Amino acid sequence: MSVEHASMRIIDGYARGDTDIAADEVWALEAHLEACGVCRDRLSAAVGAEAPAVAALVDTVWSGLEPELAATAMMPSRRRWSARLSRWMTPVMVPWLAMAMGVTLIALLLDVVGSGSHDVSLVLLLAPVLPVLGVAASWSRGLDPAYELTASAPRAGLYLVLRRTTSVLAVVVPALLVGGWATGVTAAQWLLPCLAFTSTTLAFGGVVGVTRAAVSLVVVWAAVVVVPTLAASRTTFALQTGALPVWGLILALGIGVVIARGGAYSVLGAHR
Amino acid sequence: MMPAVNAADIAPMPYAWEIRATGLKVRAGRKRMAVDGLDLSLGTGVHGVLGPNGAGKTTLVRALATVLRPAEGTLELLGESVGGMGEHRALRRRIGYLPQEFGYYKRFTVREFVEYMAWLKEVPKADIPAAVQRAVERVGLADRADERMKALSGGAWCGGWASLRPSSTTRRSCCWTSRRPASTRRSGCGSGSCCSSWVRTPVWSCRPIWWRTCHLVEDVAAACTDVVLFAEGRLVFQGLPDELASVGGPEHEGDSPLERGYSAMLRGPGQGRGTW
Repeated sequence: MSVEHASMRIIDGYARGDTDIAADEVWALEAHLEACGVCRDRLSAAVGAEAPAVAALVDTVWSGLEPELAATAMMPSRRRWSARLSRWMTPVMVPWLAMAMGVTLIALLLDVVGSGSHDVSLVLLLAPVLPVLGVAASWSRGLDPAYELTASAPRAGLYLVLRRTTSVLAVVVPALLVGGWATGVTAAQWLLPCLAFTSTTLAFGGVVGVTRAAVSLVVVWAAVVVVPTLAASRTTFALQTGALPVWGLILALGIGVVIARGGAYSVLGAHR
Repeated sequence: MMPAVNAADIAPMPYAWEIRATGLKVRAGRKRMAVDGLDLSLGTGVHGVLGPNGAGKTTLVRALATVLRPAEGTLELLGESVGGMGEHRALRRRIGYLPQEFGYYKRFTVREFVEYMAWLKEVPKADIPAAVQRAVERVGLADRADERMKALSGGAWCGGWASLRPSSTTRRSCCWTSRRPASTRRSGCGSGSCCSSWVRTPVWSCRPIWWRTCHLVEDVAAACTDVVLFAEGRLVFQGLPDELASVGGPEHEGDSPLERGYSAMLRGPGQGRGTW
């Protein structure tokens, strides 16, 4: 940056309001004053020395304004955490996440209390579909009042979907981790189905809408795994360690589809 | 200090029309083709889109906001072709869009909500506070910016949006949904709210494109430089408000020349198609 400053001659003349300064000099001086604090200080000193009338006027205005400024309320300190949190999850997701936590807690209680009557862990049965609830709420037309505003924003699309999904997993997975630890189920046994279901929801969501995909997957899970398991009181193959490679494959497929169809999340269709 | 003009504003335009649609077809829902073969070219200006219920106005504006993609035909916005499954982030940064159903989070304060929108809009982080303050001041909500959204009355909202409207003559009221004059209901203007959807460049741009679906024929004359009449997904008329007014005669329905012109344009081709 150049450190050339305006000459005292021009500044004094400007402060006095001289009319003999050339117009281009005035422009150059004003442009310089906007950017240069040193010269602004010199100008205010020059105003005091050269133009007492102006200085008196400024003082009068200032003394008139001062009581009003004192009475004006300060801007309240910003609630930074809520502003930052809203970039990860919408306020409408909070009750859904709370519900997912509640369900985990109840399943855990039932597991611990009634461990004698059932051989099946409820936490294990519910783990795959719990994050799906949160993901559905994060990209839903019915739940999110600002869905259309969001959908039209440049940041909408795969990036925002993944961001919200991450925040859902960040809440649900630790809860399940505690539940799994308490009931003695290995982490891989529920974590893989959990992630596989999440990625499949997103993959189908790009085609039929995230909420619809979530609802159909939960229904399929309930019909194919939960009901037979509870009826037979025996852990199905799907939840045994032998099925883990299958879940891994589903997870990989889901991620692949999500990446390949990344643009599909930036249109209204994904909000159904 | 914010420069009044930036490089983007004085850059040469590499396109002839801000909005250009050829044979555009856009689906609403799964089957219905709401915009059905539209040819439309729009430049800089305030364009009022008129048409009866279900004419496809909202679908068209959604396509212009890139939240619906063309099923057929081409759509070019600001020189960029919109289609396929791209995210169009650079284009979206240059378009503003206020949807018909404008929802918000009640727990947010006005400032928080606008900040959140600025973040979604990919405004550079350092510019967000100043941009939010400008936006809030512009809609006259600066003194209530730190109140929760749910505490704002409908009047405050309307006042906010009204002060964003282009001309002072249209600043009467924005709440036409609740107290729409009987004449507009008769003239076949669609339901919903006035100024329901508009696409425009951000407030701080020097090259504004206003784009809104409007149901009040009279409002258009005051606010818009150009009228686009739209029925059954096709273009019926495009021109100046005065040209539309001159089409109508005393035999047509309506209380003003513009409403009579509106009825004349819609009755004419509509009746011919309805007879068989």
